[in-house]
Amino acid sequence: MIIELGHYALVLALGVSILQAIMPVFGAARADRALMEIGTVAAKATFLLVALSFGVLTYAHVTSDFSVQNVWENSHSQIPLIYKFSGVWGNHEGSMLLWMLILTFFSALVAVFGDNLPDTLKANVLAVQAWIASAFSLFILLTSNPFNRLVDVPGEGRDLNPVLQDIGLAIHPPLLYLGYVGFSVCFSFAVAALIEGRIDAAWARWVRPWTLAAWTCLTAGIAMGSYWAYYELGWGGWWFWDPVENASFIPWLAGTALLHSALVMEKREALKIWTVLLAILTFSMSLLGTFLVRSGVLTSVHAFATDPTRGVFILVILILFIGGAFSLFAFRAAHLKAGGLFAPISREGALVLNNLILTTAAATVLTGTLYPLVLEALTGAKISVGAPFFNMTFGLLMLPLLLAVPFGPLLAWKRGDLLGAGQRLFAAVAIGLAAGCAIYYAQHGGPIMALAGLVLGAYMIAGSLTELFLRSGIGKVAGSVALRRLAGLPRSVFGTALAHIGLGVTLIGIVAVTAFETEHIVEMKPGMTTDAGGYTLRFDGLRDGKGPNYTEQSGHFTVMRAGVIVTEMWSSKRLYTARRMPTTEAGIKTFGSSQLYVSLGDGMADGGVVVRIWWKPMILCIWGGALVMMMGGAVSLSDRRLRIGAPSRAKKQKRPVLEPAQ
Amino acid sequence: MTRKQKRLAIIGGGVSFIFAAVLLVMFAFSQAVAYFYVPGDLAKAHLAPGTRIRLGGLVEAGSVKRGDGMTVSFSVTDTLDRVPVTYTGILPDLFREGQGVVAEGAFVAGSAVFVADTVLAKHDETYMPKDVADRLKAQGVSLGGKENIQ
Repeated sequence: MIIELGHYALVLALGVSILQAIMPVFGAARADRALMEIGTVAAKATFLLVALSFGVLTYAHVTSDFSVQNVWENSHSQIPLIYKFSGVWGNHEGSMLLWMLILTFFSALVAVFGDNLPDTLKANVLAVQAWIASAFSLFILLTSNPFNRLVDVPGEGRDLNPVLQDIGLAIHPPLLYLGYVGFSVCFSFAVAALIEGRIDAAWARWVRPWTLAAWTCLTAGIAMGSYWAYYELGWGGWWFWDPVENASFIPWLAGTALLHSALVMEKREALKIWTVLLAILTFSMSLLGTFLVRSGVLTSVHAFATDPTRGVFILVILILFIGGAFSLFAFRAAHLKAGGLFAPISREGALVLNNLILTTAAATVLTGTLYPLVLEALTGAKISVGAPFFNMTFGLLMLPLLLAVPFGPLLAWKRGDLLGAGQRLFAAVAIGLAAGCAIYYAQHGGPIMALAGLVLGAYMIAGSLTELFLRSGIGKVAGSVALRRLAGLPRSVFGTALAHIGLGVTLIGIVAVTAFETEHIVEMKPGMTTDAGGYTLRFDGLRDGKGPNYTEQSGHFTVMRAGVIVTEMWSSKRLYTARRMPTTEAGIKTFGSSQLYVSLGDGMADGGVVVRIWWKPMILCIWGGALVMMMGGAVSLSDRRLRIGAPSRAKKQKRPVLEPAQ
Repeated sequence: MTRKQKRLAIIGGGVSFIFAAVLLVMFAFSQAVAYFYVPGDLAKAHLAPGTRIRLGGLVEAGSVKRGDGMTVSFSVTDTLDRVPVTYTGILPDLFREGQGVVAEGAFVAGSAVFVADTVLAKHDETYMPKDVADRLKAQGVSLGGKENIQ
């Protein structure tokens, strides 16, 4: 009965969504307040209905109700409670329902916090959100219903895929979807603006917090997914250029570009048409990612199911939304007035460079991801486009951007002084050189390109701090004055600096682990030792163990440094009994920002076991940097000027932005 | 600079950057992608020694031999032809005789042995790499009803 309630709530949500998709548009066109108000109420109602439906599915999973097909296929009465929860979205149907939940959550947020928006804009935004919601609830109900019942109720479930039985599954998909789907709000704002045919700096100001919030969550989701793959898969890799990773990375690149172009639009009223296009493009990439992952056209870890009707359905949604938005864009873009002019070398120019490189890089990743599909469809030839392709193209394209990052914030709006900015960055270059060399020698040499990479990373960190130093006048004025100025800087300045510093930290981590990582594959018998990264690992033997739903063989290692025991490690191979599926549980120990990573291989006839040991120097910088980027996003979001209830059009003119003199 | 010159400088810079990116992508496609073959294709493929490819098929039953140390040898078969493969390292958890596998690597000059540096057997006991499944199906090989389980 409860299950049917969940199903019914979802059907009702579809009905309310359709109402919300139509009424507010008419309301906005006729300036009818009552009709427009339907959008606000409906958005809240849809969210509550979808939440109810999601709650029911969660209930079915937690109580192991195997009469529900979805639960039977993806759960087991013996798995720990946390995996019963996270198992709700560890499958295609539940994952789509989570997608819907987050989409309607964002619509509800717009409905609640959008009071400062002009009524017509708010009504149109909510309507566009509802178009997406209607399409996807129809998709779930017709092709991926999580509430299907089984006639013969099985006694036991078929278990959650063991790779997914990890705390990572509880965190990664919701965060990723918050980012992915969060960009729907930017899309809706763009389409609403095109419907109204009016767009100005205030629009950019309203869109920016949504972009920031989505971007921050997407950064978190991608970083989390990368760390999860790193420790769970036991291959020691943290990024595989897997099509599904790319599917989340492309919207991130486009979203980052959007974040920066919205800035130009907000401050200078330039790049209007481009920003609208980018807002549409970013969510289109999210939709494309959903299509690629959910349709099963890609062979990937994430392809839970491959059902052609689902693929075709999402493809239709994709074509309707992307095609529709671009047609509207083509029809309306000419009516939008172009904004302010600027010299090529200026803050705007730097942000245009940022956009140019980020979108080109995103297009490159997209090409590499889709090329095998297109080639196979056209010629039947099967190829794999992997890391070598992406490292060559993406890596090289991003290089000029990384060099330019510290310059951007130092250039003035409208007409900048490149030489002046260069002079001011002199110290940053020097610090970068010194720090880069220091890390390089601490890691005992390596390819010379690694040195260049480390210097670049350190230079980016120092360069981003330069902006804060200069604006507060540290070293030029008395310490107390500098501190007061520093505290008085707008939060978005700190946000920018933090995000750019985070990028530098990530870069250092990537370069260090790529250049200085060591890998040993050895056959070890109890008592044997192997050296890795200045530590000595002694293999002490295997032990059999048993978990709630698996059996395991764990290897015990003692870690020593210069003959002194530092710590111990366990690394194991598990066999999940329900699916007879083996997994590797790598042993990981952290030393500062570096890690020892141990995977067990096959046992040999003579009692030895194959062991793979990695020393991963500074690898935590990769995710640490992402964490700093997220902090940057959060700090920017908390900026007074960008609170979700952004200032209205009239107010904006009156209040000059207070900034300390340079 | 005049208005026109400013615009020209920005557009010109942008276009040349995109042009460079396109050239780079085309170059990378010619260098850094691996074609997929099943054993039966290799006779007519005429690969230059050292060309990186992906070799897919089933791990032939009874062919897996652990040599000294970490080197493993096995045969990849499409049930008609077979290719001997050597690999040094830890095989994936789901590597099993009779199951689908994709090995990436190259033939050493003057030898019929395929030296793999990556072996993939992905995350599901019923998983069959899509490329392998398609090709084997095209050759009429029964996959033991595995697809029905999914």
